[in-house]
Amino acid sequence: MMGLITRSRVKSPWIVHYCCGGCNGCDIEILACLTPLYDVERFGMLNIGNPKHADILVVTGPVNNRNARVLKTLYDQIPNPKVVMAVGTCASSGGVFHNCYNTLGGIDKVIPVDVYIPGCAVRPEAIIDGVVLALDKLNLKKRTKVG
Amino acid sequence: MSSGELVLPLVAFLLAPVAGGLLCGIDRRLTARMQGRIGPPILQPFYDFFKLWGKDTLVTTRENLVWAWGYLLLTMVAVFMFFFQQDLLIIFFVLAFAGACLIFGAFSVRSPYSHLGANREILQMLAYEPILLLAAVAIFLKTGTFMITGVFEFGEPLLPYLPLAFVAVLVALGIKMRKSPFDIAASEHAHQEIVRGVYTEYSGRHLALIKLTHWFEIVLILGFIALFWAQPLWIGVVLALGMFVLELLIDNISARLRWAWMLGVSWVVGVGFIMANMVLIYLAGGAIRV
Repeated sequence: MMGLITRSRVKSPWIVHYCCGGCNGCDIEILACLTPLYDVERFGMLNIGNPKHADILVVTGPVNNRNARVLKTLYDQIPNPKVVMAVGTCASSGGVFHNCYNTLGGIDKVIPVDVYIPGCAVRPEAIIDGVVLALDKLNLKKRTKVG
Repeated sequence: MSSGELVLPLVAFLLAPVAGGLLCGIDRRLTARMQGRIGPPILQPFYDFFKLWGKDTLVTTRENLVWAWGYLLLTMVAVFMFFFQQDLLIIFFVLAFAGACLIFGAFSVRSPYSHLGANREILQMLAYEPILLLAAVAIFLKTGTFMITGVFEFGEPLLPYLPLAFVAVLVALGIKMRKSPFDIAASEHAHQEIVRGVYTEYSGRHLALIKLTHWFEIVLILGFIALFWAQPLWIGVVLALGMFVLELLIDNISARLRWAWMLGVSWVVGVGFIMANMVLIYLAGGAIRV
């Protein structure tokens, strides 16, 4: 049963996507992955709007004081095992917003990040590569022990 | 009841979720092809199921989880009775309470998405319940019994006598499969405005249970469609699968519409067609006198 679950986990990554306030370039590239050209549903990937159903949190843009709380809440609402992908240079390190008074920098200032995908904007191929990396890490994660 | 009569329905009951899951896989594949994509493997729903089974469950309220189990178990009871050729009316009543479990579950949490979905689910039940019940009554008018055994003993296919009722049941099929244009309670795609509506608060294992229930539901409703051509049954099964593919086609060429439109269609086309069909049966003098 456990083998079945670990095998299924890498075949069915469901993604919840959150934009921390970047320029929308990376968001458009993420959506491009869903189009017939890249068709990530081939790999069982679905864009799920609901953190409670998701496995992978995909974040774009630099985190700021206003949305750090939202990002943390979204992260907490995803059931374990989960992985976080920082998509784009802004989400990875703050990018062009580095040292701006209104941003905190990369999203790893707020939540633990498993995969960084640099690029401005990232290419869809890089995002798919990143998801494959994230899937390798997903099975290393543990479920929360309850009771 | 001989052992053969006992084993065959039991095997069918156990295979029902497998068939339902495969149908969902074919659904996703065909949908992808219609959209010019390649699509996931046929076994994808099973991967999703086992993955969800291995995830944490976030508990919002415990009632929520109890209702998910209720939804599954009552649907299983309905499918079980169906394969044992029991009373169609009772099957639909049990199915209605299973649907109610989903609504109670969605109302037992405080998420606005969940409540919105639950309200819409009530409207969906309002739309398909009269169709299913009246279709059972229409079958009764021909066979003289609500028992499914009666359909098999009738001796000839029902479809030539009940063509309009059949069209009405197709509307119920669309609503029960939660496909466009009727996917108003639990939006087909999770990134839409009500983020899965009635399913919003479920996660992990309980979301997997709900998927499993959905597979049972699909088999039940397709089985009911197959009853319209039960002599021989394989034609009925082919007919049901054909209607399944037709439903996928409709899903892909139509957008989700508003609930008022759905009620209009199901009450005018659905109930109206069945009523007209009953009148025709009476006019033809074919109704069984009991």
